Amino acid sequence: MVRGVRSVVPILLSCALLNGCKSSLQTGAPAADPGILTINGAGASFPNPIYSKWFAEYGRLHPNVRINYQPIGSGGGIRQVSLGIVDFGASDDPMTDAQLQQSSHPLLHIPTVLGAVVPVYNLPGISAEVRFSPEVLAGIYLGTITFWDDQKIIADNPGVKFPHEEILPVYRSDGSGTTFIFTDYLTKVSPVWAKQVGNSTSVKWPVGIGQKGNEGVAGMVREAPYAFGYVELVYALQNHMTFGLVRNGAGQWIKASPAAVTAAAEAQADTIPADFRVSLANAGGTASYPICSFTWLLVPQQSADATKGRQLHDFLLWMLSEGEQEAAAMGYAPLPRPVAERLKNTVASIR
Amino acid sequence: MTIQHSEMQEARAASEVRRFLMQRGSGGVADRTFAALMLGCALSIFAIVALILGILILRSRLSLHEFGFSFFLRSDWDPVRGSFGAVPFIWGTLASAFLALLIAVPLALGVAVFINEMCPRALRAPISFLTELLAAIPSVVYGLWAIFVLVPIMRRSVGPFLKKFFGWTGLFHGPNFGIGLLTASMILAIMVLPVISSIARDVIKAVPNTQREGVLALGATRWEMVRIGVLRNARIGIVGAVILGLGRALGETMAVTMVIGNHAAIPKSLFAPAYTLASVIANEFTEATGDLYLSALIEIGLALFLVTIVVNAIARLLVFMVTRGNTARAV
Repeated sequence: MVRGVRSVVPILLSCALLNGCKSSLQTGAPAADPGILTINGAGASFPNPIYSKWFAEYGRLHPNVRINYQPIGSGGGIRQVSLGIVDFGASDDPMTDAQLQQSSHPLLHIPTVLGAVVPVYNLPGISAEVRFSPEVLAGIYLGTITFWDDQKIIADNPGVKFPHEEILPVYRSDGSGTTFIFTDYLTKVSPVWAKQVGNSTSVKWPVGIGQKGNEGVAGMVREAPYAFGYVELVYALQNHMTFGLVRNGAGQWIKASPAAVTAAAEAQADTIPADFRVSLANAGGTASYPICSFTWLLVPQQSADATKGRQLHDFLLWMLSEGEQEAAAMGYAPLPRPVAERLKNTVASIR
Repeated sequence: MTIQHSEMQEARAASEVRRFLMQRGSGGVADRTFAALMLGCALSIFAIVALILGILILRSRLSLHEFGFSFFLRSDWDPVRGSFGAVPFIWGTLASAFLALLIAVPLALGVAVFINEMCPRALRAPISFLTELLAAIPSVVYGLWAIFVLVPIMRRSVGPFLKKFFGWTGLFHGPNFGIGLLTASMILAIMVLPVISSIARDVIKAVPNTQREGVLALGATRWEMVRIGVLRNARIGIVGAVILGLGRALGETMAVTMVIGNHAAIPKSLFAPAYTLASVIANEFTEATGDLYLSALIEIGLALFLVTIVVNAIARLLVFMVTRGNTARAV
């Protein structure tokens, strides 16, 4: 009798549990609701904070649309949208012509915000903001400038007493949009760099040590005296890091800020091609910060699902009018007005 | 012999236990099912290895075709120009793993011998517990600790000390930033230490006490007893423990990536940054654009797979050579 009771109890218990699960599944499953349209995107991680904010906000305004975004990296974003696995992609570097041809459907580049890269350094006892000319930035990573008291550094920073210490160049070991923006700039300003290294999300660094992520580079620079590195402007602002000034194409020393980055895009607005695949590195204009770039959404010209295409079109228009205004507060540089106006025509063609 | 055997079987069949078991179900079917099930489990290992190898080769086809076998001999890694070779990574992987073993094995053996042979009872449990705790710490925590504690120590104290007193070896020249091959090997050594020491401890524990007593009875000192009576008998198990530790050192990714410096060149000094096979995959896979680049990264995975197999095979061969016919010989 006792044995019988013992064997019955677990069965009863599991029944109760199963019932509980079943009912909770039934109540908490809005995904099965046919009235909600889910749009999936994946790609660059640099703009993820602002994309998440935009998609959440847009979802609140339009309860019937849900946009999911996974920051899996630009490479993954390009691959997945080309194969049609996700409804849209995102990338920090524009797709090449070959990549566009390989895609299973025509894709449009939609610039969303601008990112910039700033030089960070650890110089104990020096409180002045150090200026870095393009030649110095390239020289440090090429291994031709190895000491802080190099003549080229001293010449740009009158009044600053640099120590005779070896520079430790730190770079991003993981493939990243940050590295792409930085090496794109170095390629434009230094013929030696262009010949020897080139630009990509990861390159063959002549000297230095690699650390993973903005936090890895920033942490290393903070920890190691006489280290030098580069991080995303958003990261530097959020963590209140001191960063150096850079000389722009017009010969002005500029400290990076969202306004200076937008100015760089504005200065080039007339020369931006119709498909928006353009490098903004070393842009002209006296107020432009030179190390910056667009980040792009990769949207199919014609989505396989017409309702998704229409929703993406609506979202992009909302982003251009409302979303852009929130960018600067988060450290991202918004698109300059002329570019946003031109972009509206492109967005109108999305089906 | 067979008659006796069958008699015994009959006797067992008649026993109470046998009869009870016969009532419960057919022993023959259960036996065969069990055997088939176990065979399936064993074969699944082959299937898993074959699947991994298959997918690695399939996905690295492009790179295999482009570079052929020279991929494993080239030392260039340039994503911009699409020129890929695995040598710096293979070198970094092997160098960091062997350096780690060089540091960890004597330490781990010392811990194991101490716990078994000379540890006061009150200290035994805490030491064993703490060694096992070291094994449970996630590798990213080791990496963080290395960045904030080990790297400054290496930069300020250990590095200058090595440079001053061992600079003549030529292993410690060049700038010392606290990050590099030596620091990575040290963090790896700490990570493989618990694996090696806890297995070595169990192996040493399994050496029969009669062996120790016998050696001591012949007038050996305690050190001689440990050497002849214990370590000699336990050496196969200890080599097994070292191989397991080596396996962990070869594949460790996160902590190494955080302190090795990730520079794809063959290091000329122990202070110089290096790069491992596992680290380059972890670092570059997400943002790799272009089919050849991706395929080369997967071939790096294939290289890691081959390196592990070759190193393990060499280690097995070593064990075989050490143990073959030598067990009876006196020291």
